[in-house]
Amino acid sequence: MQGIILTTLVITVVGIIVGFGLVFTAKKFYVEVDEKEAAVREVLPGNNCGACGYAGCDAMAAAISKGEAPVNGCPVGGSPVAEKVAEIMGVSAEAAEKKTAFVRCSGTCDVTANQGNYVGIQDCRAAVLAGVSVTSCDYGCLGFGSCTKICPADAIHVINGVAVVNPKKCVACGLCVKACPRGLIELKPEKKQVAVRCSSHDKGPQVKAVCTAGCIGCGLCEKQCKFDSIHVEGNLAHVNYETCAQCGACVSKCPVKVITMSDRMKAAAAKKAEAEKAAAEKAAAEAGEN
Amino acid sequence: MVGNSFRGGVHPKECKERSRDVPLRSADPKGDLVFLLGQHIGTPARPVVKKNDPVLAGQILAEADGFVSAHVICSCSGTVKALEKRRTVSGRMMDCIVIQNDGEYRCTGNWDKRDEFTALRTEEILSRVKAAGIIGLGGAGFPTHVKLAPKNPQAIRYVIVNGTECEPWLTCNDQLMRTNAAEIADGLEVMLALFPNAEGVVCIEDNKPEAAAAMQKAVSGRQKMRVQVLPTKYSQGGEHSLIRVISGIDYPADMLPADVGCLVDNVGTVYAIGRAVLYGEPLLSHVMTVSGDAVSHPGNFWVREGTGFRDLLEAAGGLKEGAEPKKILAGGPMMGIAMGSLDVPVQRNNNGLTLLLTDDNEAAEKQATACLRCGRCLPTCPAGLLPQMMAAAYEAGDLDRFEKKLYGMECVLCGSCTFICPAKRPLTQMFRQAKAEIQTARRIRAAGGEK
Repeated sequence: MQGIILTTLVITVVGIIVGFGLVFTAKKFYVEVDEKEAAVREVLPGNNCGACGYAGCDAMAAAISKGEAPVNGCPVGGSPVAEKVAEIMGVSAEAAEKKTAFVRCSGTCDVTANQGNYVGIQDCRAAVLAGVSVTSCDYGCLGFGSCTKICPADAIHVINGVAVVNPKKCVACGLCVKACPRGLIELKPEKKQVAVRCSSHDKGPQVKAVCTAGCIGCGLCEKQCKFDSIHVEGNLAHVNYETCAQCGACVSKCPVKVITMSDRMKAAAAKKAEAEKAAAEKAAAEAGEN
Repeated sequence: MVGNSFRGGVHPKECKERSRDVPLRSADPKGDLVFLLGQHIGTPARPVVKKNDPVLAGQILAEADGFVSAHVICSCSGTVKALEKRRTVSGRMMDCIVIQNDGEYRCTGNWDKRDEFTALRTEEILSRVKAAGIIGLGGAGFPTHVKLAPKNPQAIRYVIVNGTECEPWLTCNDQLMRTNAAEIADGLEVMLALFPNAEGVVCIEDNKPEAAAAMQKAVSGRQKMRVQVLPTKYSQGGEHSLIRVISGIDYPADMLPADVGCLVDNVGTVYAIGRAVLYGEPLLSHVMTVSGDAVSHPGNFWVREGTGFRDLLEAAGGLKEGAEPKKILAGGPMMGIAMGSLDVPVQRNNNGLTLLLTDDNEAAEKQATACLRCGRCLPTCPAGLLPQMMAAAYEAGDLDRFEKKLYGMECVLCGSCTFICPAKRPLTQMFRQAKAEIQTARRIRAAGGEK
């Protein structure tokens, strides 16, 4: 009986001492945690992919809470995450336009050829470093898929020798843009569909010699455009996505069909053009009647 | 006493017997000559001629731009046809000057009167070397007038003349030493005049006894120079390896040979230095070997810079009948660059053309397996690295480990590990890429970061 009482007493006393010790250390070594940071970290996806440019989601959360990173800085989470982060931070999420990666090359195996027979590491950067130009075009997609390997969203794949982006999966993190040794990939607004699928700065005859699908820099598109939003610079056409109205005039005029647009958009543009034409005819007819 | 070998190395089949006894003769170009502006290490040269200008052999086409740069000198007479981008040995399009050759080879001078160089001052010697447009002919293409002007010339203890020619198939330096030994010794004498405390050492591998004998004869009776015959082993001709052999010093990759009191130049470069300083002759042609099992009459040639590789092959009798080369290399099989086309111009730092009927790389790629962890690459590495671990770090994307723990930047890319690897793994290529990526990262950091 005495033993039990003694044991209880000892444990109670030790418990009280340790308890005071814990309280003391907790006060003394208190680390201030930003509530916002913890909350932001909570809504970030937690992939730790690094696509935002920070060393994982923890670092990103810290940067957002300090105001160093934009609230819509997480490319993987997209707008749903951006909204939640904005709510926590007490700002309204800018209606960031969804962007998508776009490969400016259409040199598939059918339209261009290989110059050398490359063996070795199957990686675009290694192939470029090996020196020998693998593709006959000095600007075109090498097709070893450095972009595929780095993509966190499985959104870019090499199909028939050229990297192709799946816009539904693309999170616009920009990792492939950095990975491509030939700088073929750019981020463009997803809604803007009219774009030039070529990066060759060679002159027309040189392009023709190596690829039947390349931009020859003829400038027909430039003349067609009513919105002054496509320009040929250094023998290569480039669309200004901000001003492009997607009328499709350049798409239909391009002699090498290097300016692209989805079929649905093409149909819509054609319909619109037809309607305009009909309206003009009608107006002319009315004018004639009067 | 310094041992006369270096750590590591391999013994590839030498394959030199087809061309080693063929005397040097000149291979004259047929079509236009193409001169690269940026074939040396450093800033590309700045063109000083315009389209349709008449030019003579020996005339400067483009001037050195900046400190580390070299002149580009015309090697034929004719007219400037174009200044445009042309495809080069590396497969890239680069800025070139195209000269229409009139076939007369009129020169700006005769270059037959010998000057006594002993009266020349250091600056005068260096300016003659610079005027001659000499760059390292061994392969790297470093401007020689820069190499010959280290911070402290007193500290140079060895001037090493690299006549090892350890690359399989190549024999042009062998022939050059056999026929022009006295001029090489002259060149070395000129170099020694710049470095009062240095000893000249001509290094020759023991598979070239005739060249060694000729050089021995040429240096006997001259002050402060000797011939050192070395056992044949690949990557002997690497700068690090040679310095290790001659001076016994190992030095890290971020130091220059001059920092450890050594200076290494290829025999061809030394010959050109002699000609330039004593006779004022610019570097118009250099020696090259055309060989390989697909070539009908392999040989050694004096090749004018800018000659097309196709003309060079024709000078060697073209391809064997019915032969279809699988691999075309500028240089030899160990360090050479595989070419996509023969329609590219010869650069000053090319030393051979090898056409092979089989492509070992292609065969190797088919047989490549995972690392066997046999460790055979470890004793072959002349830099004393661990290729097996470096490859693992590269494949895991851990470039930090590659650089800091495994000292991957010390790799000299000699290819010995790839040669010996029974799993046929492309080790050297991995290291080349890892080094390039680390260097890019360093440049970005130096430029103040990406963001």
